[in-house]
Amino acid sequence: MSTNNSKKNCRCFYGHGIPRVKLEDLAGKLIVVEGADGSGRSTQIARLVDWLETSGHPTVQVGLKRSTLVSKELEEAQQGNILSRTTLSLFYATDFADQLENIILPALKAGFIVLADRYIYTLMARDMVRGMDESWLKNLYGIAVKPDAVFYISVQPQELVQRNLAKNATLDYWESGMDLGLSRDMFDSFVKYQTAVQGSFRKLQKTYGFTVIDGNRPVGSITKELRKKIRTIISEKETED
Amino acid sequence: MKTFAELNFPGRLIAVEGLDGSGKSTQIYLVKRWLESEGIKVYFSEWNSSELVKSATSKGKKRELLTPMTFSLIHATDFADRYERHLLPLLRAGYIVLCDRYVFTAFARDVVRGCPPEWVRGNYSFAALPDMTLFFKTDLEVSLNRILEGRPKLKFFEAGMDLRLSTDPYESFRIFQGRILDQYIAMSDEFKFVVMDANENVEKQQTIVRKLVSEKIDLKKFRRRSPLPLPPAISAAEVKEQEEDLAAV
Repeated sequence: MSTNNSKKNCRCFYGHGIPRVKLEDLAGKLIVVEGADGSGRSTQIARLVDWLETSGHPTVQVGLKRSTLVSKELEEAQQGNILSRTTLSLFYATDFADQLENIILPALKAGFIVLADRYIYTLMARDMVRGMDESWLKNLYGIAVKPDAVFYISVQPQELVQRNLAKNATLDYWESGMDLGLSRDMFDSFVKYQTAVQGSFRKLQKTYGFTVIDGNRPVGSITKELRKKIRTIISEKETED
Repeated sequence: MKTFAELNFPGRLIAVEGLDGSGKSTQIYLVKRWLESEGIKVYFSEWNSSELVKSATSKGKKRELLTPMTFSLIHATDFADRYERHLLPLLRAGYIVLCDRYVFTAFARDVVRGCPPEWVRGNYSFAALPDMTLFFKTDLEVSLNRILEGRPKLKFFEAGMDLRLSTDPYESFRIFQGRILDQYIAMSDEFKFVVMDANENVEKQQTIVRKLVSEKIDLKKFRRRSPLPLPPAISAAEVKEQEEDLAAV
Protein backbone atom coordinates (compact mmCIF):
# COMPACT_ATOMS: atom_id res chain seq x y z
CA MET A 1 0.00 0.00 0.00
CA SER A 2 1.47 3.35 -0.93
CA THR A 3 -1.04 6.12 -0.38
CA ASN A 4 1.89 8.53 -0.61
CA ASN A 5 2.31 8.11 -4.32
CA SER A 6 -1.34 7.78 -5.16
CA LYS A 7 -1.67 11.44 -6.02
CA LYS A 8 1.02 12.88 -8.21
CA ASN A 9 2.45 16.26 -7.48
CA CYS A 10 0.65 16.54 -4.18
CA ARG A 11 2.91 18.82 -2.20
CA CYS A 12 1.45 19.85 1.11
CA PHE A 13 2.10 20.42 4.78
CA TYR A 14 0.55 18.14 7.36
CA GLY A 15 -0.93 21.06 9.27
CA HIS A 16 -0.33 24.78 9.67
CA GLY A 17 2.98 24.54 7.83
CA ILE A 18 5.64 27.21 7.64
CA PRO A 19 4.52 30.75 6.87
CA ARG A 20 5.44 32.20 3.49
CA VAL A 21 6.63 28.94 1.91
CA LYS A 22 5.41 28.41 -1.64
CA LEU A 23 4.69 24.70 -1.91
CA GLU A 24 4.61 24.70 -5.70
CA ASP A 25 8.27 25.80 -5.71
CA LEU A 26 9.37 22.64 -3.95
CA ALA A 27 10.37 20.72 -7.04
CA GLY A 28 12.67 18.16 -5.42
CA LYS A 29 11.71 14.88 -3.81
CA LEU A 30 11.63 14.06 -0.12
CA ILE A 31 12.24 10.43 0.71
CA VAL A 32 12.10 9.22 4.29
CA VAL A 33 13.54 6.01 5.70
CA GLU A 34 12.24 5.10 9.16
CA GLY A 35 13.26 2.26 11.41
CA ALA A 36 14.80 1.57 14.81
CA ASP A 37 18.53 1.50 15.53
CA GLY A 38 19.68 -1.84 14.18
CA SER A 39 17.00 -2.03 11.51
CA GLY A 40 19.62 -1.45 8.81
CA ARG A 41 18.28 2.02 8.14
CA SER A 42 21.63 3.83 7.98
CA THR A 43 23.17 1.13 5.80
CA GLN A 44 20.31 1.43 3.33
CA ILE A 45 20.54 5.21 3.26
CA ALA A 46 24.27 5.11 2.57
CA ARG A 47 23.62 2.71 -0.31
CA LEU A 48 20.80 4.86 -1.68
CA VAL A 49 22.91 8.03 -1.59
CA ASP A 50 25.67 6.21 -3.44
CA TRP A 51 23.28 4.97 -6.08
CA LEU A 52 21.44 8.30 -6.49
CA GLU A 53 24.60 10.35 -6.78
CA THR A 54 26.30 8.02 -9.24
CA SER A 55 23.09 8.14 -11.31
CA GLY A 56 23.45 11.94 -11.37
CA HIS A 57 20.88 13.05 -8.81
CA PRO A 58 21.91 15.79 -6.40
CA THR A 59 21.18 14.47 -2.93
CA VAL A 60 21.03 15.97 0.54
CA GLN A 61 20.78 14.04 3.80
CA VAL A 62 19.08 15.05 7.02
CA GLY A 63 18.41 13.13 10.22
CA LEU A 64 17.60 13.44 13.89
CA LYS A 65 19.83 15.52 16.13
CA ARG A 66 21.80 17.04 13.27
CA SER A 67 20.72 20.69 13.46
CA THR A 68 23.19 23.54 13.85
CA LEU A 69 20.87 25.12 16.39
CA VAL A 70 20.42 22.49 19.11
CA SER A 71 22.07 19.15 18.27
CA LYS A 72 24.95 19.67 20.71
CA GLU A 73 22.74 20.94 23.51
CA LEU A 74 20.21 18.15 23.00
CA GLU A 75 22.96 15.54 23.15
CA GLU A 76 24.30 17.06 26.37
CA ALA A 77 20.85 17.14 27.92
CA GLN A 78 20.38 13.48 27.04
CA GLN A 79 23.71 12.57 28.60
CA GLY A 80 22.51 14.17 31.83
CA ASN A 81 19.30 12.10 31.83
CA ILE A 82 17.41 15.09 33.20
CA LEU A 83 14.96 15.61 30.35
CA SER A 84 11.30 15.29 31.12
CA ARG A 85 9.00 14.21 28.35
CA THR A 86 7.56 17.52 27.12
CA THR A 87 11.00 19.08 27.16
CA LEU A 88 12.48 16.12 25.27
CA SER A 89 9.69 16.33 22.74
CA LEU A 90 10.01 20.07 22.13
CA PHE A 91 13.81 19.88 22.00
CA TYR A 92 13.58 17.33 19.17
CA ALA A 93 10.90 19.41 17.48
CA THR A 94 13.25 22.41 17.53
CA ASP A 95 16.01 20.26 16.03
CA PHE A 96 13.60 19.09 13.34
CA ALA A 97 12.27 22.56 12.52
CA ASP A 98 15.78 23.96 12.18
CA GLN A 99 16.69 21.32 9.59
CA LEU A 100 13.33 21.62 7.86
CA GLU A 101 13.69 25.35 7.29
CA ASN A 102 17.41 25.51 6.68
CA ILE A 103 18.08 22.31 4.76
CA ILE A 104 15.00 20.38 3.62
CA LEU A 105 12.95 23.23 2.17
CA PRO A 106 15.85 25.02 0.40
CA ALA A 107 17.06 21.69 -1.04
CA LEU A 108 13.60 20.79 -2.32
CA LYS A 109 13.35 24.24 -3.82
CA ALA A 110 16.63 23.64 -5.62
CA GLY A 111 15.27 20.36 -7.01
CA PHE A 112 17.43 18.06 -4.86
CA ILE A 113 16.50 14.65 -3.60
CA VAL A 114 16.34 14.86 0.17
CA LEU A 115 16.95 11.60 2.01
CA ALA A 116 15.75 11.78 5.58
CA ASP A 117 17.24 9.33 8.05
CA ARG A 118 14.04 9.30 10.13
CA TYR A 119 11.45 12.08 10.19
CA ILE A 120 8.55 13.20 12.40
CA TYR A 121 7.14 9.66 12.71
CA THR A 122 9.92 8.33 14.94
CA LEU A 123 9.63 11.46 17.07
CA MET A 124 5.86 11.06 17.35
CA ALA A 125 6.05 7.32 18.04
CA ARG A 126 8.60 7.83 20.83
CA ASP A 127 6.55 10.62 22.39
CA MET A 128 3.36 8.58 22.21
CA VAL A 129 5.05 5.81 24.18
CA ARG A 130 5.92 8.50 26.75
CA GLY A 131 2.26 9.39 27.02
CA MET A 132 2.21 12.58 25.00
CA ASP A 133 -1.14 13.43 23.51
CA GLU A 134 -1.47 12.45 19.84
CA SER A 135 -3.41 15.55 18.84
CA TRP A 136 -0.81 17.72 20.56
CA LEU A 137 1.88 16.00 18.48
CA LYS A 138 -0.10 16.40 15.26
CA ASN A 139 -0.40 20.13 15.88
CA LEU A 140 3.30 20.43 16.74
CA TYR A 141 4.43 18.56 13.63
CA GLY A 142 1.87 20.27 11.42
CA ILE A 143 4.91 22.27 10.28
CA ALA A 144 6.28 19.23 8.43
CA VAL A 145 6.10 18.93 4.68
CA LYS A 146 4.57 15.67 3.47
CA PRO A 147 7.24 13.40 1.97
CA ASP A 148 7.01 11.79 -1.47
CA ALA A 149 7.65 8.42 0.11
CA VAL A 150 8.10 7.00 3.58
CA PHE A 151 9.71 3.58 4.00
CA TYR A 152 9.49 1.93 7.37
CA ILE A 153 12.01 -0.85 7.82
CA SER A 154 10.43 -3.24 10.25
CA VAL A 155 12.51 -5.63 12.36
CA GLN A 156 11.32 -7.58 15.40
CA PRO A 157 12.58 -6.17 18.75
CA GLN A 158 14.15 -9.54 19.62
CA GLU A 159 16.22 -9.29 16.46
CA LEU A 160 16.99 -5.57 17.04
CA VAL A 161 18.42 -6.28 20.46
CA GLN A 162 20.75 -8.93 18.99
CA ARG A 163 21.93 -6.61 16.22
CA ASN A 164 22.56 -3.71 18.63
CA LEU A 165 24.54 -5.88 21.00
CA ALA A 166 26.52 -7.44 18.18
CA LYS A 167 27.46 -3.96 16.96
CA ASN A 168 28.09 -2.03 20.20
CA ALA A 169 28.14 -4.68 22.94
CA THR A 170 25.81 -2.33 24.85
CA LEU A 171 22.36 -0.81 24.57
CA ASP A 172 21.66 2.93 24.37
CA TYR A 173 19.89 4.43 27.42
CA TRP A 174 17.23 6.28 25.39
CA GLU A 175 16.79 3.61 22.71
CA SER A 176 16.08 1.24 25.60
CA GLY A 177 13.50 3.66 27.04
CA MET A 178 15.25 3.52 30.41
CA ASP A 179 13.66 6.86 31.38
CA LEU A 180 10.26 5.11 31.36
CA GLY A 181 11.08 2.68 34.15
CA LEU A 182 9.69 -0.29 32.21
CA SER A 183 12.29 -2.56 33.74
CA ARG A 184 15.52 -2.23 35.69
CA ASP A 185 16.98 -4.77 33.31
CA MET A 186 18.24 -2.97 30.21
CA PHE A 187 17.70 -5.96 27.93
CA ASP A 188 14.06 -6.31 29.05
CA SER A 189 13.53 -2.57 28.90
CA PHE A 190 14.89 -2.39 25.33
CA VAL A 191 12.58 -5.14 24.10
CA LYS A 192 9.54 -3.70 25.88
CA TYR A 193 10.27 -0.16 24.71
CA GLN A 194 10.91 -1.13 21.08
CA THR A 195 7.72 -3.23 21.09
CA ALA A 196 5.77 -0.20 22.34
CA VAL A 197 7.37 2.08 19.72
CA GLN A 198 6.38 -0.39 16.99
CA GLY A 199 2.84 -0.31 18.37
CA SER A 200 2.84 3.50 17.97
CA PHE A 201 4.17 3.11 14.43
CA ARG A 202 1.28 0.80 13.57
CA LYS A 203 -1.09 3.43 14.89
CA LEU A 204 0.61 6.17 12.89
CA GLN A 205 0.67 3.95 9.80
CA LYS A 206 -3.13 4.27 9.63
CA THR A 207 -2.88 8.06 9.36
CA TYR A 208 0.30 8.47 7.39
CA GLY A 209 0.40 5.32 5.27
CA PHE A 210 4.07 4.32 5.21
CA THR A 211 5.41 1.65 2.95
CA VAL A 212 6.46 -1.14 5.29
CA ILE A 213 9.68 -2.88 4.30
CA ASP A 214 10.47 -6.26 5.82
CA GLY A 215 13.89 -5.74 7.39
CA ASN A 216 14.51 -9.41 8.18
CA ARG A 217 16.13 -9.98 4.80
CA PRO A 218 19.61 -9.70 3.29
CA VAL A 219 20.82 -6.10 2.86
CA GLY A 220 20.99 -6.40 -0.92
CA SER A 221 17.42 -7.48 -1.44
CA ILE A 222 16.13 -4.59 0.70
CA THR A 223 18.21 -2.14 -1.34
CA LYS A 224 16.80 -3.62 -4.51
CA GLU A 225 13.22 -3.11 -3.33
CA LEU A 226 13.92 0.47 -2.20
CA ARG A 227 15.62 1.37 -5.47
CA LYS A 228 12.71 0.04 -7.47
CA LYS A 229 10.22 2.12 -5.50
CA ILE A 230 12.38 5.25 -5.55
CA ARG A 231 12.95 4.94 -9.31
CA THR A 232 9.19 5.36 -9.84
CA ILE A 233 9.20 8.54 -7.79
CA ILE A 234 12.17 9.99 -9.61
CA SER A 235 10.73 9.22 -13.02
CA GLU A 236 7.63 11.14 -11.96
CA LYS A 237 9.91 14.05 -11.28
CA GLU A 238 11.60 13.73 -14.64
CA THR A 239 8.35 13.62 -16.56
CA GLU A 240 7.23 16.71 -14.66
CA ASP A 241 10.45 18.52 -15.56
CA MET B 1 -7.46 25.26 29.79
CA LYS B 2 -7.79 25.32 33.55
CA THR B 3 -6.02 27.17 36.33
CA PHE B 4 -3.91 25.37 38.94
CA ALA B 5 -6.63 25.99 41.54
CA GLU B 6 -9.21 24.41 39.22
CA LEU B 7 -6.90 21.44 38.81
CA ASN B 8 -6.76 21.09 42.60
CA PHE B 9 -3.08 21.87 42.95
CA PRO B 10 -2.24 22.90 46.50
CA GLY B 11 0.01 25.70 45.14
CA ARG B 12 -0.90 28.85 43.22
CA LEU B 13 0.76 30.51 40.25
CA ILE B 14 0.90 34.25 39.68
CA ALA B 15 2.22 35.52 36.35
CA VAL B 16 3.18 39.01 35.27
CA GLU B 17 3.04 40.08 31.66
CA GLY B 18 3.70 43.28 29.80
CA LEU B 19 6.11 45.00 27.44
CA ASP B 20 9.81 45.45 28.13
CA GLY B 21 9.99 48.56 30.29
CA SER B 22 6.52 48.11 31.77
CA GLY B 23 8.03 47.63 35.23
CA LYS B 24 6.61 44.14 35.68
CA SER B 25 9.91 42.58 36.79
CA THR B 26 10.34 45.18 39.54
CA GLN B 27 6.81 44.57 40.74
CA ILE B 28 7.09 40.78 40.86
CA TYR B 29 10.45 41.05 42.63
CA LEU B 30 8.88 43.19 45.33
CA VAL B 31 6.04 40.67 45.67
CA LYS B 32 8.65 37.95 46.14
CA ARG B 33 10.41 39.91 48.90
CA TRP B 34 7.08 40.58 50.60
CA LEU B 35 5.94 36.94 50.52
CA GLU B 36 9.33 35.73 51.74
CA SER B 37 9.19 38.14 54.67
CA GLU B 38 5.77 36.74 55.53
CA GLY B 39 7.27 33.25 55.77
CA ILE B 40 5.44 32.01 52.70
CA LYS B 41 6.73 29.23 50.45
CA VAL B 42 7.53 31.13 47.31
CA TYR B 43 9.46 30.41 44.10
CA PHE B 44 10.33 32.77 41.30
CA SER B 45 10.81 31.68 37.69
CA GLU B 46 11.90 33.84 34.82
CA TRP B 47 11.16 33.47 31.10
CA ASN B 48 14.02 32.01 29.08
CA SER B 49 16.13 30.85 32.00
CA SER B 50 16.33 27.05 31.75
CA GLU B 51 19.92 25.90 32.28
CA LEU B 52 19.31 23.06 29.85
CA VAL B 53 18.30 25.20 26.88
CA LYS B 54 20.00 28.54 27.54
CA SER B 55 23.18 27.94 25.55
CA ALA B 56 21.23 26.91 22.46
CA THR B 57 19.00 29.96 22.70
CA SER B 58 21.86 32.38 23.14
CA LYS B 59 23.79 30.78 20.27
CA GLY B 60 20.69 31.00 18.07
CA LYS B 61 20.23 34.64 18.94
CA LYS B 62 23.88 35.67 18.66
CA ARG B 63 24.38 33.98 15.31
CA GLU B 64 20.91 34.99 14.13
CA LEU B 65 20.05 31.38 13.35
CA LEU B 66 16.46 31.58 14.52
CA THR B 67 13.39 31.64 12.33
CA PRO B 68 9.96 32.54 13.81
CA MET B 69 9.22 28.81 14.13
CA THR B 70 12.49 27.81 15.82
CA PHE B 71 12.37 30.95 17.97
CA SER B 72 8.97 29.79 19.16
CA LEU B 73 9.99 26.16 19.67
CA ILE B 74 13.18 26.88 21.55
CA HIS B 75 11.31 29.12 23.99
CA ALA B 76 8.64 26.44 24.36
CA THR B 77 11.40 23.93 25.18
CA ASP B 78 12.80 26.32 27.78
CA PHE B 79 9.34 26.79 29.27
CA ALA B 80 8.62 23.03 29.28
CA ASP B 81 11.85 22.33 31.15
CA ARG B 82 11.05 24.87 33.87
CA TYR B 83 7.43 23.75 33.94
CA GLU B 84 8.12 20.04 34.36
CA ARG B 85 11.14 20.21 36.61
CA HIS B 86 10.34 23.21 38.81
CA LEU B 87 6.84 24.61 38.54
CA LEU B 88 4.83 21.38 38.68
CA PRO B 89 6.63 19.80 41.67
CA LEU B 90 6.61 23.12 43.56
CA LEU B 91 2.93 23.64 42.90
CA ARG B 92 2.30 20.13 44.11
CA ALA B 93 4.22 21.01 47.25
CA GLY B 94 1.99 24.00 47.94
CA TYR B 95 4.26 26.83 46.79
CA ILE B 96 3.26 30.19 45.46
CA VAL B 97 5.07 30.36 42.16
CA LEU B 98 5.77 33.75 40.65
CA CYS B 99 6.45 33.85 36.91
CA ASP B 100 8.03 36.78 35.15
CA ARG B 101 6.29 36.11 31.82
CA TYR B 102 4.22 33.03 31.08
CA VAL B 103 2.71 31.47 27.93
CA PHE B 104 1.09 34.78 26.96
CA THR B 105 4.50 36.19 26.08
CA ALA B 106 4.80 33.46 23.45
CA PHE B 107 1.21 33.94 22.31
CA ALA B 108 1.93 37.63 21.72
CA ARG B 109 5.49 37.58 20.37
CA ASP B 110 5.42 34.49 18.20
CA VAL B 111 2.19 35.53 16.54
CA VAL B 112 3.65 38.97 15.79
CA ARG B 113 6.58 37.11 14.23
CA GLY B 114 4.14 35.30 11.92
CA CYS B 115 3.65 31.90 13.55
CA PRO B 116 0.12 30.51 13.18
CA PRO B 117 -1.70 31.41 16.45
CA GLU B 118 -3.38 27.98 16.81
CA TRP B 119 -0.03 26.26 16.36
CA VAL B 120 1.62 28.32 19.11
CA ARG B 121 -1.29 27.90 21.49
CA GLY B 122 -1.45 24.18 20.77
CA ASN B 123 2.23 23.76 21.57
CA TYR B 124 1.76 25.39 24.98
CA SER B 125 -1.50 23.58 25.74
CA PHE B 126 0.28 21.25 28.21
CA ALA B 127 0.52 24.21 30.61
CA ALA B 128 -2.26 25.11 33.04
CA LEU B 129 -3.37 28.73 33.31
CA PRO B 130 -2.08 30.99 36.08
CA ASP B 131 -4.40 31.58 39.02
CA MET B 132 -3.73 35.26 38.55
CA THR B 133 -2.19 37.12 35.61
CA LEU B 134 -1.19 40.72 36.17
CA PHE B 135 -0.84 42.65 32.95
CA PHE B 136 1.25 45.80 33.37
CA LYS B 137 -0.22 48.04 30.78
CA THR B 138 1.69 51.16 29.86
CA ASP B 139 1.22 53.63 27.10
CA LEU B 140 3.56 52.51 24.36
CA GLU B 141 5.59 55.73 24.62
CA VAL B 142 6.11 55.30 28.35
CA SER B 143 7.60 51.82 28.07
CA LEU B 144 9.60 52.76 24.98
CA ASN B 145 11.08 55.75 26.79
CA ARG B 146 11.99 53.64 29.81
CA ILE B 147 13.96 51.28 27.58
CA LEU B 148 15.32 53.71 25.02
CA GLU B 149 16.21 56.58 27.38
CA GLY B 150 19.80 55.47 27.77
CA ARG B 151 20.07 54.63 24.04
CA PRO B 152 21.02 51.04 24.87
CA LYS B 153 22.36 48.73 22.22
CA LEU B 154 19.26 46.76 21.23
CA LYS B 155 19.79 43.12 20.37
CA PHE B 156 18.71 41.78 16.99
CA PHE B 157 15.73 39.67 18.08
CA GLU B 158 14.85 41.96 20.99
CA ALA B 159 14.34 44.78 18.49
CA GLY B 160 12.36 42.48 16.18
CA MET B 161 14.96 43.04 13.45
CA ASP B 162 14.17 39.58 12.07
CA LEU B 163 10.81 40.95 10.97
CA ARG B 164 12.48 43.47 8.65
CA LEU B 165 10.16 46.22 9.85
CA SER B 166 12.85 48.84 9.59
CA THR B 167 16.61 48.96 9.13
CA ASP B 168 16.82 51.24 12.18
CA PRO B 169 16.82 49.10 15.35
CA TYR B 170 15.04 51.80 17.37
CA GLU B 171 12.30 52.24 14.81
CA SER B 172 12.00 48.45 14.47
CA PHE B 173 11.72 48.11 18.25
CA ARG B 174 8.94 50.71 18.36
CA ILE B 175 6.86 48.98 15.70
CA PHE B 176 7.52 45.53 17.18
CA GLN B 177 6.57 46.56 20.73
CA GLY B 178 3.46 48.29 19.42
CA ARG B 179 2.30 45.09 17.76
CA ILE B 180 2.99 43.05 20.89
CA LEU B 181 0.97 45.51 22.95
CA ASP B 182 -1.95 45.04 20.55
CA GLN B 183 -1.74 41.28 21.06
CA TYR B 184 -1.72 41.65 24.86
CA ILE B 185 -4.73 43.92 24.76
CA ALA B 186 -6.57 41.48 22.48
CA MET B 187 -5.90 38.63 24.95
CA SER B 188 -6.85 40.58 28.10
CA ASP B 189 -10.48 39.48 28.35
CA GLU B 190 -9.99 35.97 27.06
CA PHE B 191 -7.44 35.14 29.76
CA LYS B 192 -8.90 37.40 32.46
CA PHE B 193 -5.81 39.55 32.86
CA VAL B 194 -5.84 41.84 35.87
CA VAL B 195 -4.87 45.07 34.16
CA MET B 196 -2.48 47.28 36.12
CA ASP B 197 -1.93 50.91 35.28
CA ALA B 198 1.82 50.70 34.83
CA ASN B 199 2.17 54.42 34.12
CA GLU B 200 1.66 54.94 37.89
CA ASN B 201 4.57 55.23 40.32
CA VAL B 202 6.23 52.05 41.51
CA GLU B 203 5.26 52.18 45.22
CA LYS B 204 1.64 52.92 44.47
CA GLN B 205 1.49 49.99 42.06
CA GLN B 206 3.08 47.68 44.60
CA THR B 207 0.48 48.61 47.23
CA ILE B 208 -2.27 47.74 44.76
CA VAL B 209 -0.55 44.50 43.70
CA ARG B 210 -0.15 43.31 47.30
CA LYS B 211 -3.80 44.10 48.01
CA LEU B 212 -4.94 42.21 44.91
CA VAL B 213 -2.78 39.21 45.76
CA SER B 214 -4.02 38.99 49.35
CA GLU B 215 -7.62 39.27 48.19
CA LYS B 216 -7.20 36.52 45.61
CA ILE B 217 -5.08 34.11 47.62
CA ASP B 218 -5.50 33.09 51.24
CA LEU B 219 -1.83 33.62 52.02
CA LYS B 220 -1.75 32.13 55.51
CA LYS B 221 -2.35 28.71 53.95
CA PHE B 222 1.01 28.96 52.20
CA ARG B 223 3.16 29.61 55.25
CA ARG B 224 5.98 27.24 55.99
CA ARG B 225 5.08 24.97 58.89
CA SER B 226 8.50 25.51 60.42
CA PRO B 227 11.08 28.17 59.62
CA LEU B 228 13.71 27.26 57.04
CA PRO B 229 16.23 24.86 58.55
CA LEU B 230 19.32 26.58 59.90
CA PRO B 231 22.69 25.62 58.51
CA PRO B 232 24.01 22.57 60.38
CA ALA B 233 25.74 23.38 63.63
CA ILE B 234 29.53 23.11 63.59
CA SER B 235 30.94 20.19 65.53
CA ALA B 236 33.60 20.65 68.19
CA ALA B 237 36.16 18.96 65.94
CA GLU B 238 35.42 21.41 63.12
CA VAL B 239 35.76 24.38 65.48
CA LYS B 240 39.15 23.13 66.50
CA GLU B 241 40.12 22.66 62.85
CA GLN B 242 39.07 26.21 62.01
CA GLU B 243 41.06 27.59 64.93
CA GLU B 244 44.10 25.70 63.74
CA ASP B 245 43.64 27.08 60.22
CA LEU B 246 43.44 30.59 61.59
CA ALA B 247 46.51 30.03 63.74
CA ALA B 248 48.39 28.85 60.66
CA VAL B 249 47.61 32.16 58.91
